[in-house]
Amino acid sequence: MEILCLGLSHHTAPVDLREKFAIREAEAPAVASQLLAAAGVSEAVVLSTCNRVEFYVAAEQAPQGFAAVNEFLTARLAEPPGAAFFQLPTPAAIRHLFRVVSGLDSMVLGETEILGQVKKAYATASEGRTTAKHLNKLFQRAFNVAKDVRTNTNITRGAVSVGSVAVELAEKIFGRLKTCHVMILGAGETSELTAGALSARGVRSIFVANRSYDRAAALAEKLKGKAIHFEEWPREIHEVDILIGSTSAPHHVLTAAELAPIMRSRPDRPLYCIDLAVPRDIEPAVNDLEGVYLYDIDALRAIAEQSMGVRRQELVICEQMIERHALEFGEWLAGGRAQAGVRYSEVVSGGQG
Amino acid sequence: MDRLLLVISTFCFLFGFGYTMHALGARVYKASRLNFFAVLTGFLCQTGFLYVRGQMVGRCPLTSLFEVLIFLSWSMVLFYLLIGPAYRLSLLGAFTSPLAFLFQVVALLLVKDTPMKAKTPPNGWLELHAAISVVAYGAFALACVAGAMYLAQERQLKSHNIHSIFYHLPPIHDLSVANNRLIIVGFSLLTVGLGAGFALGGIFTHSVLTAWSVGVWLLYGVILTAEWRHRISPRRVAWLSVAAFSVLLVTLGGLNFIALKGAL
Repeated sequence: MEILCLGLSHHTAPVDLREKFAIREAEAPAVASQLLAAAGVSEAVVLSTCNRVEFYVAAEQAPQGFAAVNEFLTARLAEPPGAAFFQLPTPAAIRHLFRVVSGLDSMVLGETEILGQVKKAYATASEGRTTAKHLNKLFQRAFNVAKDVRTNTNITRGAVSVGSVAVELAEKIFGRLKTCHVMILGAGETSELTAGALSARGVRSIFVANRSYDRAAALAEKLKGKAIHFEEWPREIHEVDILIGSTSAPHHVLTAAELAPIMRSRPDRPLYCIDLAVPRDIEPAVNDLEGVYLYDIDALRAIAEQSMGVRRQELVICEQMIERHALEFGEWLAGGRAQAGVRYSEVVSGGQG
Repeated sequence: MDRLLLVISTFCFLFGFGYTMHALGARVYKASRLNFFAVLTGFLCQTGFLYVRGQMVGRCPLTSLFEVLIFLSWSMVLFYLLIGPAYRLSLLGAFTSPLAFLFQVVALLLVKDTPMKAKTPPNGWLELHAAISVVAYGAFALACVAGAMYLAQERQLKSHNIHSIFYHLPPIHDLSVANNRLIIVGFSLLTVGLGAGFALGGIFTHSVLTAWSVGVWLLYGVILTAEWRHRISPRRVAWLSVAAFSVLLVTLGGLNFIALKGAL
C-alpha cells in the first residue's frame, strides 16, 4: 500500500491560489468519497485550512493515487493543478504529515492550532468512512508524534507575536487575569488586538479612553468594556492593573512623576504597562518605579524574536524525532508490503520527494 | 543507622537539585515527578532519622545544633510537600532541595554530633515548645525560598532579560501569595510555640534563647503587620523574608551555644 500526499501550502502558493483550491468543511466528505471512487484508491483524508489544502491518500499504486487526485482537481478547477501543487510519495508523505501536525510546516513555527485542524479533518474523514487501516494508523501515529514533539522539546515555548507576548507577560505577573482591570489609551488596531487577547483570558473589566469618545465607545462595545472620556483616565488609573498605551500623542501621556504618587498609594498592587505607541505614550522611567513593569513595542518584539530563535534551535531535534517516527511507521507499512512481496528498502529508495 | 538515613536523604536532595539544574540547562525541563519523588524520598529518610534519633536520645531530637538543623530541614521539606503541589509551584522543590542539602551537609560535616541519652525524663511542654518553634522556622525557610524565586522572576520582568527559567517559574503573584501564607503559618506556629513555653514558664530560665525567639517573632510580626496594612510591596516582603531567614540562620550559632548548655 502507498501513502501519498498531494497539495499546496503557504510555502508553495500565495493566498489567491490557495483560496482557489480551498475545500469547505461540509464539502470534505463528498470530496474524499469522490477520490475513493477512482481505481486503486482505498482511503482518503482532505485537510483544508487557510494555509494549506492537502489530500492524503492510500492507494495500491502511487501513480493511481496521484492520478485520482489530479483528475479530481482538474475537473474541479477546469485546469491542471499547476507547479505549486506538490506530490509526495511514501515515505515523504508520512514525514510531511508528521511535520505538519507538529507545527514545523506552519507559517508560525511551532503553532498548535494546526493539530486541532488535522484532528478535525481526520474525524470528518473517519465519520465519512473514507479512512481504514492505513490512514487510521497514520493519523493516530501523527497525533502521538505531535504530542511527543511538544512535550519533549521547546518548539511551542514562549509567545512569538507582540499580542501573545503581552498576554504571556501579564500572566507571569498576575497569574490568572480574572481579577485584572485593563485600561486602553487610544483606540488603535494593535491595542484592540492586545486587549482582545486579554479579554479572551477573562479580565474583569476594560476601560477605553480615546480623544474621540465615539471611537472609544465603538471599541468598548467590541471588547464588552466601558468607554470613558480621555480627560477621565488619570482618575480611573488607580484601579487599573494593565495599562495599554496606543495614542498618537507626540509626547508622553503618562510620566514617572505622575505615576509615582499613585504607585505609593498602592504598594501591594503591581501595574503592567504595555506601550504600543510610537512615539511612546509612557515615559520609560516609569519602569524604575516599584511595582511597575513597562514594555514598549520593541521590548515585546525582542521577546517574541527570542522565543522564535529558541523554536528554530529546537527544529533540529524535532526533525530527528520525526525522522525516527517516520522510519518506525515505514517499517510497519513495509511489514504489510512484505506480505504482498515488496521489500522495505524499495519503499525508502523510491520515496524521496 | 541514623546517619546512614541522613546521608541517603542528603543525596536525594542533591539528586533533585542536580536533575532540575541539568534539565533547565539542557532546556528540556518539564514539571517532572522525578524531582518530587526525590524530595519525598529525602523527606522519608529524614523522618526515619528523626525517629531513630528520638528513640536513641529518649526525647524529641532537638538536643544539639546538629539535630536542630536536621529538624529544620525536615520542617521545610514538610511544608514544600504540603504546599508545592497545591500551588503548582513545581520549581519550588528545585529551590528547596539545595537549601535542605546545605543544612544537612553543614550538619554532617561541620557540626559535632554526640547523641546522648537524656538523664532526666523529658518535659513534654518544653519539647512541644521547641518542636513547634523549629517547625515554624521551617515555614520561614520555605518562605525564604519562595521569596528568592519571586526576586528571580521579578528581576527578569523588570529588566526584560528573559531567561529559560522564566517560563518555568510561577507568576510573581502566586509566589507572593505563597510567601505571605508561609510567613503567616510560621508566625502562627511560633506564637503557639512561644505560648507553650510561656504557659510552662520554663523558657524564662533561658533568657537568651527566649529573647532570641521573641526577636524572631517580632521580626516576622513586623513584616506581616506592614503587609496587612498595605504599606509594603510584595518585592520588599520577598526581600525581607530572605533577609529575616538569613538573620535567623546566622543567629542559629548562638542557639547552638545555648543548646550545648542544655537550654533546649
